[in-house]
Amino acid sequence: MTAVAQAPAPAPRRASRRVREMTGQAGWTVLGWAVGIAFFIPVLWMVITAFKPESAAETWPPQFAFSPTLSEFRLVFSGMGPFIEHSAIATVGSTILVLVLALPAAYALSIHPVAGWRDSLFFFISTKMLPVVAAIGPLYVIALKAHLLDNIWLLIILYAAMNLPLAIWMIRSFMLEVPGEMLEAARLDGAGRIREIVEVIMPVVSPGLVSTALICVIFAWNELFLALNLTVTNASTMPMFLISSVPQEGLYIAHLSAAATVASVPVIIVGWIAQRSLVRGLSMGAIK
Amino acid sequence: MAGVKYVGVSRVYAKGAAPAVDALDLEVKDGEFMVLVGPSGSGKTTALRMLAGLEPLDGGRIEIAGRDISDVQPKDRDIAMVFQNYALYPSKTVAENMGFALKMRRVPRDERDRRVREAARILDLDPALLDRKPKQLSGGQRQRVAMGRAIVREPKVFLMDEPLSNLDAKLRVQTRSQIAELQRRLGITTVYVTHDQVEAMTMGHRVAVLSGGKLQQCASPRELYDNPVNQFVAGFIGSPAMNLVSAPLADGGVRLAGTVLPLGAQVRAAAAREKLTELVIGIRPEHLHLHLVGEAAAAGGARADGAELAGEVLLVEELGADALLHVRLVGDAAVADGPAAAEAPVVGGTPVVARAEGRKPPAPGQRVAFRVQPDDVFAFHPQTGARLAG
Ligand SMILES: Nc1ncnc2c1ncn2[C@@H]1O[C@H](COP(=O)(O)OP(=O)(O)OP(=O)(O)O)[C@@H](O)[C@H]1O
Ligand SMILES: [Mg+2]
Repeated sequence: MTAVAQAPAPAPRRASRRVREMTGQAGWTVLGWAVGIAFFIPVLWMVITAFKPESAAETWPPQFAFSPTLSEFRLVFSGMGPFIEHSAIATVGSTILVLVLALPAAYALSIHPVAGWRDSLFFFISTKMLPVVAAIGPLYVIALKAHLLDNIWLLIILYAAMNLPLAIWMIRSFMLEVPGEMLEAARLDGAGRIREIVEVIMPVVSPGLVSTALICVIFAWNELFLALNLTVTNASTMPMFLISSVPQEGLYIAHLSAAATVASVPVIIVGWIAQRSLVRGLSMGAIK
Repeated sequence: MAGVKYVGVSRVYAKGAAPAVDALDLEVKDGEFMVLVGPSGSGKTTALRMLAGLEPLDGGRIEIAGRDISDVQPKDRDIAMVFQNYALYPSKTVAENMGFALKMRRVPRDERDRRVREAARILDLDPALLDRKPKQLSGGQRQRVAMGRAIVREPKVFLMDEPLSNLDAKLRVQTRSQIAELQRRLGITTVYVTHDQVEAMTMGHRVAVLSGGKLQQCASPRELYDNPVNQFVAGFIGSPAMNLVSAPLADGGVRLAGTVLPLGAQVRAAAAREKLTELVIGIRPEHLHLHLVGEAAAAGGARADGAELAGEVLLVEELGADALLHVRLVGDAAVADGPAAAEAPVVGGTPVVARAEGRKPPAPGQRVAFRVQPDDVFAFHPQTGARLAG
């Protein structure tokens, strides 16, 4: 009898804890959405503005009722051809170069660490500590002497150099995740270096490679400073096109928004496609 | 002939550190199942990895089939290893995993397929699993794939480092006998590492006991159990462990639980030679024969056919077929007080474990007396731990 009477007693306490847990969870959810929306609103604003006629873009208070137009996009499409092309070449070229160089480097710094791997690792990342502004003078002179000013190859090389340290660090941290036993099993099975990399290491690190490549693509695509200072017309990229959309006089907000929207589309598409491997890759290595 | 021979093999990981493996001499005969056993950090894995070629030697040499292979590449040693965590390639199917070593050896595809299927059949591995990825297998199936990967190579020597430690208790017992049976059928020389002495005793033709990087004893399971060469082996082999008690020497034996436990003449002579005043005495739990239960067991005594040790039951562990009695032997002081001590609770005294029949074990708190045969008593040097010949 007493047992029956006592049995339900703990229930309210348990229920209240569940309520507390649920409110706690709801709190995080609200915060998450708030941060997400805070990041998204400016982007939404940009996209909306891109569809406005120039006259409606700069009014205050902002107009929400307007007749959408594609005229600004038409203008953007007509002018951006060479810029998109240069950006694509510089981005893809530099990313391939980065992967080709970073893979063996990361291998030599993780799987079979060379002597002094710690110093090398620090050296790579230390190159990112110097502000690019401080290097632009020498870079300009070197590019001038090498006859590479306003040349797409210059951007490919510079973007590769810019992304290489991060890529090496990322790929290295992915390679450290490869179980030592598996590498030893491969050694006993008679796999040489090439087989070891291609058949054993690559399948494990490939999601990491994809996310590394994506980050390189995004950084290279958005780079402005070097392009602005070292190119004029033959190698000018999308970010420079955005700047050139700003006229000396007159209204330009809608035009700029349209150009910026177009410029961000590739990054968004690439990110969307590789969403899963990006999350997996980023949560796999050091950048947790 | 594909025996394995360690000759004075040492491995020192860091300068100045104690060697992980210290001048190991060990011979594994052709077709033999040799188990390396020892507590954690005793150098078992290191010894095995040196044989595999995954760890360099800092001294000595290793021979396989009479050939010094100390400087031979791992892949050319004609060995196959089963790793503790299986080390399967996650992106390859089961069949590809098993056939990888053959592929590296440029064995033609159909020959490879044939041998993989054969290995799967030997291991009782469902052929439908061959096209799966390791991730889609259960722990026990993965373990068998890891075994299969070793079998298809048809190596001279199998190396296994705790291959059962990731399985649950029941599966471990099952797989244990399967591996032993498989080894017998294939007749391939095997070196097997485990820290579990039950595994060692049930699987090995011979067992090498390591401690602190040094080989303590290498013998058949029966020999290890019946004739341990030192206190370490005596305490390590056997479950529950041998009771080890230090006791002062007395006339004709040692003084224990208020009585004199007789020792053989040779042991006494050896103790005298070493000028010892104290010995470490070892008695296996099953050699404490339960003799009396209740008031009559109040005090022990020396008898012609051995000694009688009295004590109080603290705890009874039922195992089914038998029961383990945790007993505190009555101390000298308690007995000195005469019969009155029988009512007083036992304070102090030596704790021992005894094995008793499961049907009617004594209850906690009861007085008991055990008989011990002199032949069943081991004696060890209190400092060196060496067995005093008995
Ligand atoms: N790579 C290493 N570097 C330095 N010391 C090591 C290394 N590997 C093992 N040791 C040391 O060598 C000793 C023997 O290690 P080993 O792995 O052979 O022990 P084990 O008998 O296999 O133990 P366990 O049962 O825990 O696996 C230990 O003291 C360990 O700390
Ligand atoms: Mg080990």
